[in-house]
Amino acid sequence: MNRLLCLLAALLLPLGLQAREAPPVAADEAVEQRLVKIAEELRCLVCQNESLAASRADLALDLKREVRAMIKAGRTDAEIRDFMVKRYGDFVLYRPPLKESTLLLWLGPFALLLAGFAVLAIFVRRRRAAKATILSAEDERRADALLKGSEHP
Amino acid sequence: MRIGLIIAFFALVALLAIGLTRNPREVPSPLIGKPAPAFELPRLGQPARFSPAEMRGKVWLLNVWASWCVSCRDEHPVLVEFSRTRRVPLIGLNYKDPSEDALKWLARYGDPYDFSVVDANGRIGIDYGVYGVPETYLIDRGGVIRYKQIGPVTPELMAQKILPLIQELER
Repeated sequence: MNRLLCLLAALLLPLGLQAREAPPVAADEAVEQRLVKIAEELRCLVCQNESLAASRADLALDLKREVRAMIKAGRTDAEIRDFMVKRYGDFVLYRPPLKESTLLLWLGPFALLLAGFAVLAIFVRRRRAAKATILSAEDERRADALLKGSEHP
Repeated sequence: MRIGLIIAFFALVALLAIGLTRNPREVPSPLIGKPAPAFELPRLGQPARFSPAEMRGKVWLLNVWASWCVSCRDEHPVLVEFSRTRRVPLIGLNYKDPSEDALKWLARYGDPYDFSVVDANGRIGIDYGVYGVPETYLIDRGGVIRYKQIGPVTPELMAQKILPLIQELER
């Protein structure tokens, strides 16, 4: 009987504990989501191969704080990006605008691709031309005869 | 054909080799040629405050430093040497540094600055596009940033770049 009571008490114990939903990381979920969206498009200046969203560097945290404040102040995404570019240059943008200084960056890969296709085309054409002239009609007949001969030894 | 490929290969090697010699940390600042961002900050260890507007009509240097910054130590003798010449005012922006640490650091290694201002939370540093302390700005009489050095100022840089530029701006 005593044991049963103990068991009952043990079973009832968890009722006293109430599970609560995990509190959101930041007070305002919408602000955080916009922050992440903007920060993913921005480069961290300290660790240059990381986005601002991913970086834990001191400056990145400061900049995220700035961006958060600007979001709360009702600034648009374009205004926030402009704030960063004014201070750190186009380099902070993972997708820099197309202008004279970034022309090579934007068009370079396509130029290389075109050059690759050109080389390939030249290669293929040369090879085709070489193949076409390898055998004369006479040689072809002899080759055919040899091949036929090899089928029935 | 083969010669063409070889030429293309070496052209690519040359291109990549040039790329390797460049420092990716040196990001050209968009602030060159723009007015130095305004601020008003307390001076380090003094009750007064400072705003860049007070420097109108003078060519001056703004040097961003911190006691926790290792390469500031490398740069420091160059600044001390420079301050002896009293060529132009040298003002420090003490960046994200507890003031007692900063004052101790200056007492220990010497204070080349006319004075420093305290940017405790780094907010002004952001306006100046600071991302790697030390950084140095040369500002002209009209309050326009004319030159920015990212990383320590070396004696060569001082002699070949900054001093000639000061001379030019003061003319």
